[in-house]
Amino acid sequence: MTETPTLEVRNLRTHFFTRAGVVKAVDDVSFTVPRGKVLGLVGESGSGKSVTGFSVMGLVDPPGRIVDGQILFKGQDLAKLSDEEMRKLRGNRIAMIFQDPMMTLNPVLRVDTQMIETVLAHEKVPEAEARARARDALGMVGIPSPEERLKSYPHQFSGGMRQRVAIAIALLHRPDLIVADEPTTALDVTIQGQILAEVQKLAATTGTSLIWITHDLSVVAGLADDIAVMYAGKIVEQGDVGEVLDHPLHPYTHGLIGSVPSRNRRGEPLRQIPGMTPSLLSLKPGCAFRARCPRAQEDCAEMPELHAWMPGRLARCHHPHLEPREEAA
Amino acid sequence: MSVYLLRRLIQALGVVFAMSVIVFIGVYAIGDPVEILISPDADQIERERAVRALGLDLPLWQQYLVFLGKALRGDLGNSFVFNEPALQLILQRMPATLELAIAATFGAVLIGLPLGLYAGLRPNSVGSKAIMAGSILGFSLPTFWVGLMLIMVFAVQLGWLPSTGRGDTAEFLGLQWSFLTLDGLSHLLMPALNLALFKISLVIRLTRAGVRETMLMDYVKFARAKGLSPFRVTFVHVFKNILIPVVTVTGLEFGSTIAFSVVTESIFAWPGMGKLIIDSINVLDRPVIVAYLMIIVLLFITINLIVDLTYSLLDPRVRLEGK
Amino acid sequence: MSVALQTPAAPVRDRVETPFRRFISEFAESKLALLGLAVFTVIALVAILAPWIAPQNPYDLAVLDIMDGRLEPGARNGADDMTYWLGTDDQGRDMLSAIMYGLRISLAVGAGSALLAAIVGASLGLLAAYVGGRTDSAIMRVVDLQLSFPAILVALMILAFLGKSVMNVVIAIVVVEWAYYARTVRGTALVERRREYIEAAQCLALPTHRILFRHLLPNCLPPLIVIATMQVARAIALEATLSFLGLGVPITEPSLGLLIANGYEYMLSGKYWISFYPGIALLVTIVSINLMGDHLRDVLNPRLKK
Repeated sequence: MTETPTLEVRNLRTHFFTRAGVVKAVDDVSFTVPRGKVLGLVGESGSGKSVTGFSVMGLVDPPGRIVDGQILFKGQDLAKLSDEEMRKLRGNRIAMIFQDPMMTLNPVLRVDTQMIETVLAHEKVPEAEARARARDALGMVGIPSPEERLKSYPHQFSGGMRQRVAIAIALLHRPDLIVADEPTTALDVTIQGQILAEVQKLAATTGTSLIWITHDLSVVAGLADDIAVMYAGKIVEQGDVGEVLDHPLHPYTHGLIGSVPSRNRRGEPLRQIPGMTPSLLSLKPGCAFRARCPRAQEDCAEMPELHAWMPGRLARCHHPHLEPREEAA
Repeated sequence: MSVYLLRRLIQALGVVFAMSVIVFIGVYAIGDPVEILISPDADQIERERAVRALGLDLPLWQQYLVFLGKALRGDLGNSFVFNEPALQLILQRMPATLELAIAATFGAVLIGLPLGLYAGLRPNSVGSKAIMAGSILGFSLPTFWVGLMLIMVFAVQLGWLPSTGRGDTAEFLGLQWSFLTLDGLSHLLMPALNLALFKISLVIRLTRAGVRETMLMDYVKFARAKGLSPFRVTFVHVFKNILIPVVTVTGLEFGSTIAFSVVTESIFAWPGMGKLIIDSINVLDRPVIVAYLMIIVLLFITINLIVDLTYSLLDPRVRLEGK
Repeated sequence: MSVALQTPAAPVRDRVETPFRRFISEFAESKLALLGLAVFTVIALVAILAPWIAPQNPYDLAVLDIMDGRLEPGARNGADDMTYWLGTDDQGRDMLSAIMYGLRISLAVGAGSALLAAIVGASLGLLAAYVGGRTDSAIMRVVDLQLSFPAILVALMILAFLGKSVMNVVIAIVVVEWAYYARTVRGTALVERRREYIEAAQCLALPTHRILFRHLLPNCLPPLIVIATMQVARAIALEATLSFLGLGVPITEPSLGLLIANGYEYMLSGKYWISFYPGIALLVTIVSINLMGDHLRDVLNPRLKK
């Protein structure tokens, strides 16, 4: 018998009931994150990848709501938990890191306040001990002289340092799962590299599982074990990260990879995906990508199922790239 | 910080100077000072002697210097009506006005903040819609009419509260205060509420807008993601952020509360300086008018200065820039 | 493999949408704002038509019967040929008629001075934005100084200098309000004057006043309209307050504020209607304007536009 995965999401649907209509931001999404593994959740903005992350955290705000599906965290369905039960898990067993480090720390509270309150929210310990834990966490993410930095306000840190503080807060209770929502997008490339290395090391040593939400394939390539590509609220391709990036099945994944500059294709023009992400409000039936797809045919007017074209390789497409694979390097 | 303070002080002095010119021109150049300062029963010879004695035959700029010199020594002339130094008259009545304004300001925050918080946290509930409709009413209701209605309902119809006056006072810090006695408190309640009405609406709107804006911030979502209780998220993370604009505006509005107490004091016969100034304008007691205006300008500038400093204490970002 | 490329559908044009039509349809979205408009229209009509529809001419002392003084609402007059629906005041004046005539004065003084303030303020604001430099900073210095003092205080100051009269009340309101217009118009004009159409007008060497009033001003209108609506309400309230304090219009032709003040002394003896009904009239007027203004602010706010 295999070990229970840290997270198993089954047929998740999160919809937003706006005045203009129902936005199906997440529509039938399933994936699994085993213990100590990293899942890269990839997609353009508006594809539903962040909403998926917030659904796992139980932080979907009205008019949004999880309408269907299960979120099994170590076998326990988060979607069924009460607010208070969910709160006890949040920041404790499941933590989250946000995109913009300039915005995630409260500007009028000192760093120590914001760290100590996180410790005390889940454990009854003396404040001195909570402070010591906060200091150690800052040291762990590579912040020099953590004792003094605790007394600073967020605006006294640079963006990269703030993200380190946010990561330190996420690590305070050594969570089983961290949902990272584009945590390096707003940072310089060098800082991005440092933080990625840091996170990888931490995940490996603590056995923490990660959902790494990003639109940047190169980040996923270096970090993730598995990858799930989202488009218009649905997963269109899923599988081992190396396999998917080397031999994408779905034309969308194919297009995404083609639009990233690569040394292997020097001199060739970058291929762009024509057209724009469709509005989730006016989604027509059938494959959402077909208006932009070079391989689209008549039958694409019917929504394809997520089909296992090869062992461990899922794609939601009637006409995947199954032919021998020179074109996708 | 000290450079900033110095610059603000110099600015403040500039405003005081400008206002003294305006008030001087208003009273001594637009109006006929002879008519104002000399008894109408005086005959021609007496008038001319008075004109010379008062220096009214001098050029205007010299007259201003004389006025300024006297003003700096605290001499703003004698009231025609009371025949007492005008400045002294104003200062005697100032504590009553201050008490009323402070009570109204505290009332506005105590009532407005919770209501605004509720309206911001549950923007679609019936309660919050009622609160917002009420706040439009609070902006629209003429203060003086509300005062009359309060008297009609609580003093005349129900007989719960006294309609006018300040009631019994007790001494504290060498001044007489109403809020220290039960009778005084019952006299204070209606005028303070009346004066607070507009500010309650203001605080509600500010708080609600602040809460709604802050709730959308990433740091609030992050605070929730940390597993903090809703109570702590609301009352530490959100509240501390909205406190800054609310404190600033209420502070700045304190000056206008003092100015608007003119109306409330007239209705409730509250013996403050607002009532004095209306009576003085009605009988053209200009030295008192001048004294009132100069005092209130000083008061305003002091308030603005204090609010600025408090603001920089509350917001760590501003604090740093000031250094 | 052939791919059916979809050409984007041509934008559907059912009818030409002018900015004005769009504004009308957006304004009509709010029922409260429409209610405000309806109520205000009725009030304005009553005020304008007062001499023809009021049961009595409240200024004509000959028709007043002092014996009818302080009658309750619904009472009949001495000759039993008319009903005082809202009661009478101490001089036997029909309150309903007095309110209709009072509305006339309140609206005329309020709207008139707000309009005057708009003209003065908008002109100075435009000038400040267009000329810039010292003119700009001088005008804005005065605006800042004035806005740092509350309206009532500035008004009291003006009346203290100039004495009591209707004209001086108008002057006081204009002095109080022009700064709001100036600040708003300057802010918008500063943005607008960098647009190409102003540069084009300058290249054509059009006279300055033409550029200011025919090109710049119409594009600053939306925020100006919002401010103007709010300021009319404020002007009416300020006039009422000053009249209530005895610093406004003369007792012979009372506005709503003065009517309320007249009833004040009788209120303590339970004769509430002399103050109550003029207050309601004042309240309904101000609320109806504010309802419109609140929604106008949303409709005309460029930041909320997509």
